[in-house]
Amino acid sequence: MPTPEELKQRIEAAIPGAHAEVEDYTGGGDHFRATVTAQAFAGRSRIEQHRLVYDVFGAEIGGPIHALSLKTEVG
Amino acid sequence: MNSISPITAPSTETNPIRDAIEAAIAENRVLLFMKGTPETPACGFSRRTVAVLQALDTPFAAVDILPDPRIRQELSAISNWPTIPQLFVAGELVGGCDIVTEMYESGELAQALGIESAAEGTPAPHMPEESIGGLLADSGMRAKRVSPESVENRLG
Repeated sequence: MPTPEELKQRIEAAIPGAHAEVEDYTGGGDHFRATVTAQAFAGRSRIEQHRLVYDVFGAEIGGPIHALSLKTEVG
Repeated sequence: MNSISPITAPSTETNPIRDAIEAAIAENRVLLFMKGTPETPACGFSRRTVAVLQALDTPFAAVDILPDPRIRQELSAISNWPTIPQLFVAGELVGGCDIVTEMYESGELAQALGIESAAEGTPAPHMPEESIGGLLADSGMRAKRVSPESVENRLG
């Protein structure tokens, strides 16, 4: 079962310079909410920013990670 | 690429579900793929997205992705977006619940839907119901519903 810390580390490892805050908002280990700040988001649409984060997890989204609610910021 | 690959039939075969999804996107200016129906959302994210669209008083069509797992597989392959709901406006993916909510709060969603520009002489495109195969007119709600059956019916 993924943990918020694991998700945070994977996002920060995959997106250079990213800072992520991840919480498990149901406590069930499958619904997460993340705020991700990254310079890599500059010049990208919201859709593209979110795709960068979703792509870190690939098919896990909708599988073990039932929900990953995202807020992205250029930072 | 990490996009979700659908479990496909051999590529030489036609893909009726994908065709039906693409047709629905092309034919409906505002289209929401969701879990459940606007009247009975089956997921909190879908519910919130429906509520946002209803708050803007905008007509929209909706497709329930739950009846057949292939609908979601094909949709995500087309849109390169892993989660449900997905809102399309004028053939383009606008986003899921997070982005739609954020854009609603900032006023960008009304802009994307042409709600503000309508007053400036840009006519909102009409969606004659008879032009949309399989759409169920909904008497009570503003939302029109694309029945899951309409997608499945195109399988035949």
